Amino acid sequence: MWALMTSENKKSIKQSILKAVKGLWMAFPMIIGTILLTSFLSVIVPKSFYTSVFSKNFFFDSFIGGLIGSISAGNPITSYIFGGEMLGKGVGLIAVTAFLVSWVTVGLIQLPAESAILGKKFAILRNIMAFIFSIIVAIVTVLALGVIL
Amino acid sequence: MKFKDKLKQLSGSWYFLIIVLLIYLCLFIFGQNLFFSSLKLFYDILLKIIPIFILVFVLMSLSNYFITSQFVIKHLKEKGLKKWFFVIIGGILSSGPIYMWYPLLADLKNKGLNHGLIACFLYNRAIKIPLLPLAIIYFSWQYILILTIVMIIASIIQGILINKLMEVKNENSNSS
Repeated sequence: MWALMTSENKKSIKQSILKAVKGLWMAFPMIIGTILLTSFLSVIVPKSFYTSVFSKNFFFDSFIGGLIGSISAGNPITSYIFGGEMLGKGVGLIAVTAFLVSWVTVGLIQLPAESAILGKKFAILRNIMAFIFSIIVAIVTVLALGVIL
Repeated sequence: MKFKDKLKQLSGSWYFLIIVLLIYLCLFIFGQNLFFSSLKLFYDILLKIIPIFILVFVLMSLSNYFITSQFVIKHLKEKGLKKWFFVIIGGILSSGPIYMWYPLLADLKNKGLNHGLIACFLYNRAIKIPLLPLAIIYFSWQYILILTIVMIIASIIQGILINKLMEVKNENSNSS
């Protein structure tokens, strides 16, 4: 099958694979670092700490989760690993959902670039709304999940 | 190349890994029990996600092959309600760092893409199809399905609200 392909096709397949390798390689230090840090924190921080920070209040938990996600940055893979492990430590699904959503929708680190290229008003407004929506999305998702399951 | 120059070329994520490794080195020296417990947990998590990474790699390669930036831009130029649909699909299918898309979106803005559609596109970039297997492993497919649907709906509402708010802001700045 490979022999039947045109050289242009072969070239684009190679480029697609190389791009994927490059994408994963760029994320590699962050992924390994996050797993190491998560493992360390899981061992050193007692479960009672997480249950005391997150009060099981819908709005407060999603606010804290959204806030942590907003100031964090990096590949979404990292947020899944961290969020998933936090769930295991007793952190509520609402807080973890707000964390996951704000991680990928709020871009404080990219804010200067977004402001310069797409406009300051738009960039600030979009990020504020993305933060508010991370809380709303978290609450709606967990409520809907509760209804379905 | 000098060691200093090599250090300058390192990205922030490598510095992050180095700092974490230094924490582990301190842990090895001062608290070997904690060090080995952490390392065991690290090994367990790694073992859980390695097979998923192979799938993520395959999906990333496929999306890189079939979905090019030209493909996304072509469909963002659709008109009417179709525009919203293609903006959502475009956002989900787009890959690469977010800042790479800013100049293209600024260009499309000049050609008629409004603020709400840009916000909608950027919001839907949060949904990453190649990463879904990893997300499902951690959070179950029911949760990921609901989250994806809620996020798509939220992206449309956010887009409409941003359009309205940007209009109000522009009217205020024009009248003053």
